[in-house]
Amino acid sequence: MSKEVTGTTWNVYDANKLTQAEIYGRVLCDLGEEYPNLVGLTADLAKSTKIGLFEEKYPERFINTGIAEQNLFGIAAGMAKTGLLPVVSTMAAFASMRAAEQVRTDICYQNLNVKIIATHGGVSFASAGTTHHATEDVAIMRSFANMTVIVPADGIETANAVRASLKHDGPVYIRIGRGFEPTYYENEDYGFEIGKAVEVRDGTDITIIAMGITVLQAAEAADFLAKNDGLSVRVINMHTIKPIDREAIMKAVTETRRILTVEEHNVIGGLGTAVADVIAESGKGCAFTKVGLNDEFAEIGYPEDLYAYYKLDADGIIEKVREIMGKDFEEDDDWEDEV
Amino acid sequence: MLSNEEYKELLKTARTIRHSVIDTTLKAGGAHVGGGMSMLDIVVMLYFKYMKIDVNNPDDPDRDRFVLSKGHAAIGYIPLLAEKGFFDKKLLDDFNKFKSPFGMHPDANKIPGCDASTGSLGHGLPMAVGMALGARIQKKSFYTYCIVGDGELNEGSNWEAAMTAAHYKVDNLLLFIDRNKHMIDGPVEDIMGIEPLADKWKAFGWKVLEIDGHDMYQISEAIEMAKEIKDQPVVVIAHTIKGKSVDFMEDETKWHYGAIDSALGEQAHASIDKMYVELGLTE
Ligand SMILES: Cc1ncc(C[n+]2csc(CCOP(=O)(O)OP(=O)(O)O)c2C)c(N)n1
Ligand SMILES: [Mg+2]
Repeated sequence: MSKEVTGTTWNVYDANKLTQAEIYGRVLCDLGEEYPNLVGLTADLAKSTKIGLFEEKYPERFINTGIAEQNLFGIAAGMAKTGLLPVVSTMAAFASMRAAEQVRTDICYQNLNVKIIATHGGVSFASAGTTHHATEDVAIMRSFANMTVIVPADGIETANAVRASLKHDGPVYIRIGRGFEPTYYENEDYGFEIGKAVEVRDGTDITIIAMGITVLQAAEAADFLAKNDGLSVRVINMHTIKPIDREAIMKAVTETRRILTVEEHNVIGGLGTAVADVIAESGKGCAFTKVGLNDEFAEIGYPEDLYAYYKLDADGIIEKVREIMGKDFEEDDDWEDEV
Repeated sequence: MLSNEEYKELLKTARTIRHSVIDTTLKAGGAHVGGGMSMLDIVVMLYFKYMKIDVNNPDDPDRDRFVLSKGHAAIGYIPLLAEKGFFDKKLLDDFNKFKSPFGMHPDANKIPGCDASTGSLGHGLPMAVGMALGARIQKKSFYTYCIVGDGELNEGSNWEAAMTAAHYKVDNLLLFIDRNKHMIDGPVEDIMGIEPLADKWKAFGWKVLEIDGHDMYQISEAIEMAKEIKDQPVVVIAHTIKGKSVDFMEDETKWHYGAIDSALGEQAHASIDKMYVELGLTE
């Protein structure tokens, strides 16, 4: 099956043959015409992040700071203050941790129009080890006021997210993988909107709320469980972690009463925490489980090994769903009418 | 001054490790071979002649320390630790694989003989200055060595640490700059130039030595000279060749990171042997 990227601003690409990063690189090239104030920045990672594709097309609108991420984000802030629209790309570990204060104070506090495309998120740079894993970035970024945080499911959604981020006024953090991840979407036309979750499978027994690469895995798990366990599993692609789609969460709580969040991130502070906040504030009870890294630094290994080990792949998700479904859960139907 | 015997032994060791780097890269599925090979002769000199370390007691609090700030060059470092005897060479077969202690960057939590977890550039020199100050404050006589990449010097943290070391007159630390002239996106001087490099370090209060980083005699001389210099930190700008000893990798930006197949592996092994024959190693 060929998956095509069909958006209005650019031609058809075979997303199966392109990495997530290459796709955003090409989208940026096309957007460069639409936004004459768009400038690209990186810190010696033009090739690795693929923002180099923009550099090839617009060399005069591109700055490479060398290996200096604090400087990189400070410069982007300065450029934004003069009316430019900086798109900055480096690895997620360095964007979120090395340059955290520049992102927070220079960019978020001054509410500047800087878009960050953070590659190699989560444990996708698997055998590179802890220095190159980023399992804290979503927690860090969502704690910065004014920041919007997006974790696209695949390359096609990355294209949508990049385009939407340019229309959005204010800082945006888009976290993608290493670029070799399989795609979920067939095309771009499924109604992507910042802050609006996408239901990718309908269901009534349990809801899996996923972000990034786990969306595809959750959908596969749902299909498997429907066929083999007779379970009706809802899957929500929570591509925007902040602002989070409260409505989609509360609808799932009311209609399925069981929630499983799956994230390539520490279970502290990321997607699971954001969902838990919404549920706790609502006062509604439901069964709730978080899957992710359990407050630990990840092992070295190939990405598939790590995804399996941390139960982020379809098999792991199936196991977790079965665990939850096997638990006694006292349904208190009283509050259903309050919603 | 190195004796003739010592010189030959060090060359042999370096040759063995270079072959091991290629074998390990083949098994690992890819590695930062370019920067691994450019620094290799310096690290061999440190571990096989100068550093006071005991492979049977890798956590000895009085041992000399080594910080590979350019941690991505682990491929040139971890096989060396194996050759030194810190662990079984067979473990290298699992490089990059699930739960291996060895990945693209050195992990001090997992690797015996490794003093710092590095890989995020610009962290090594501050840690090394901290170790040197740690020795001074605790009245210990161990020495700290550190290697940074030339592209890595773009990171401001290096210069913050440089100031600290000069301010505190740190003289139990020796810094090497692996001046191989390439980073990921291209030649260092094209991407973010660092020249005039010697003048910058002098202005920061450091004593600067410049050597050919592949000449064992010069490396040894620089280390001995540095130890004579008191009340001032010393940096050795080591002019090196990225990918040194593997003909198709030498001075090529693109071999910063790469995978090789068995045919390229053969070519690499042959190229290494040829270089050492030219250096006078006939056995
Ligand atoms: C803080 C940080 N930013 C970016 C990277 C990605 N990266 C790995 S190696 C490298 C280039 C290093 O160049 P150089 O220091 O010259 O090393 P060498 O040539 O010796 O390999 C970069 C940018 C990183 N590891 N750490
Ligand atoms: Mg270099």
